[in-house]
Amino acid sequence: MQGQSQRVIEAEHLSFAYGAVPILEDVNLQIEAGEFLGLVGPNAGGKSTLLKLMLGLLTPQQGRIRVLGRPPKQARHRLGYVPQYPSFPRDFPIDVLNVVLMGRLGVGAGLSAVLGTGFGGWRRRDREIARRTLLEVEAGDLESAPIGSLSGGQLQRVLLARALVGEPELLILDEPTANIDQRLEGEIFELLARLNTNLTIVVVSHDIGFISSYVNRVACLNRTLICHQTESIDGEMINTLYGEPVRMITHDHGTDDHEHGQSTGAGAHHARGVTPHG
Amino acid sequence: MAEFLNALSTHAFLQQALIAGLLASIGCGLVGPFVVVKRITFLAGGIAHSVLAGMGAALYYGYDPLTGALAAAVLAALLIGWVRLSWRTGEDTAIGALWAIGMAIGILFVSKTPGYATDLMSFLFGNILLVPARELWFMATLDLVLLLSVALFYRQFVAITFDDEFARLRGVPVELFYLLLLVLVAVTVVLMIQVVGLILVIALLTLPAAVAGQWTRTLAAMMGMAMGIGVLLTSGGLALSYAPDLPTGPTIILLAGALYLISAVSAGFLAKRRARRAVRSMNEHRDG
Ligand SMILES: Nc1ncnc2c1ncn2[C@@H]1O[C@H](COP(=O)(O)OP(=O)(O)OP(=O)(O)O)[C@@H](O)[C@H]1O
Ligand SMILES: [Mg+2]
Repeated sequence: MQGQSQRVIEAEHLSFAYGAVPILEDVNLQIEAGEFLGLVGPNAGGKSTLLKLMLGLLTPQQGRIRVLGRPPKQARHRLGYVPQYPSFPRDFPIDVLNVVLMGRLGVGAGLSAVLGTGFGGWRRRDREIARRTLLEVEAGDLESAPIGSLSGGQLQRVLLARALVGEPELLILDEPTANIDQRLEGEIFELLARLNTNLTIVVVSHDIGFISSYVNRVACLNRTLICHQTESIDGEMINTLYGEPVRMITHDHGTDDHEHGQSTGAGAHHARGVTPHG
Repeated sequence: MAEFLNALSTHAFLQQALIAGLLASIGCGLVGPFVVVKRITFLAGGIAHSVLAGMGAALYYGYDPLTGALAAAVLAALLIGWVRLSWRTGEDTAIGALWAIGMAIGILFVSKTPGYATDLMSFLFGNILLVPARELWFMATLDLVLLLSVALFYRQFVAITFDDEFARLRGVPVELFYLLLLVLVAVTVVLMIQVVGLILVIALLTLPAAVAGQWTRTLAAMMGMAMGIGVLLTSGGLALSYAPDLPTGPTIILLAGALYLISAVSAGFLAKRRARRAVRSMNEHRDG
């Protein structure tokens, strides 16, 4: 473990198929501790599938993947995950705080991590952490709202809080801001940038221009990794990725005073949204 | 009603029936809500009906039918759980098959046992008036098992019923707790068989919880309210059926069905009225 502790994700020649349809082919991806990686690509390009391989929810037919130097299933309690779609019934009788608290399951070591400590209930410390995290994602006022009563963007913030309360070393986010308004999207990425000082982040997004000002590397996935580089994304690369000419819309995204992220060239830096046209 | 209260103070069998109802209600409250929110009524039905195999076999070989019921229920729960976890397609057919096979085995055993007709009727439809004191202790033990399991693993059960993918990522052994939940369902079924019989168990398991679900916003509140409704239904059914000498099990279930309908209709009506009022008061604010 020691020697590999710097490598958070190590995927080698990874191939995956659902049934007979190949989804990922020969994916090689290394992510170092402390990175903030943006994963982009067209619909059905396999982004969510790659994340599920990292989480050990799917097993590759070929190749090898290591997470924090271990097989994914052994590392998964050290990860935080925001799924693209919520995987629970909206009418479940539970309030926001208790949803977030579920992210505290498995925190700690040994038997108490599996069984939880305390007789059935949550400890005060767990509640405090959950409340604090809800405040961070600007959902403090939603604490006792039933989960079914939230708007799409409110729900995404709550799911982000649920991923954060487990004190993860790697945060895996599948389009975490797809439903979130522009002001909050900026603020959530500011929050992620702050968190990035002591944890590694992988985020899937379709908003290439916007994320490129926060992330320090972008990986483009369309069945296989087409690029993973530090520089800004240029138009030509996007064309290769999406397979057709793409128009980049240039307009700023909320306040533009974020300092995080690599300084990038002109062009893509201020672009928001990429729309195919042709 | 007065007649019932009068009889209650003098007849020990009625007091025992009342206690049996209370003990069964604890199961209504602790396990019913999980069955309702996880939508496993069909699985629970399969477990309940295959219990007849165990009761029939125990009767035939001369053991206590309730012990046989418990063994069969736990076995059926594990089998159905295994089918659910490992079969991707056609699981409902497989569960339906287990349901019917269990009953068929039970009926064969019972029919080969002398004097079967009365036994069969009380297995199928329950006989709360004939619960011996010994069985009350058995029921109390089952309640203790339920209470301990739910108290110890409440968070894990909530996690796997709410979002099993996320629970798995947090290191919760999802399959294990899923099977444990089904075993608790099996225990609850056995708990209720004396009261309403195995055909009607599914209604007592789910209707109180479903009614509670219409008026509460957290699972814990739902459990408390379902328990209270269970107490009301079993004692109410007992009281109502006493004077006209009706079978108690079906009376309890009809009461539960009526309550469910009334609750569903009035919950819907209240929600609509609340929404109308909200919009009207908004209009008044704007105009006034
Ligand atoms: N459970 C599944 N069973 C079968 N095929 C699936 C399943 N999930 C995804 N796929 C297929 O795998 C491919 C990749 O899906 P994936 O969800 O990884 O794409 P994505 O890059 O996340 O797309 P999007 O941007 O739309 O979220 C798609 O063609 C999809 O149809
Ligand atoms: Mg996706």
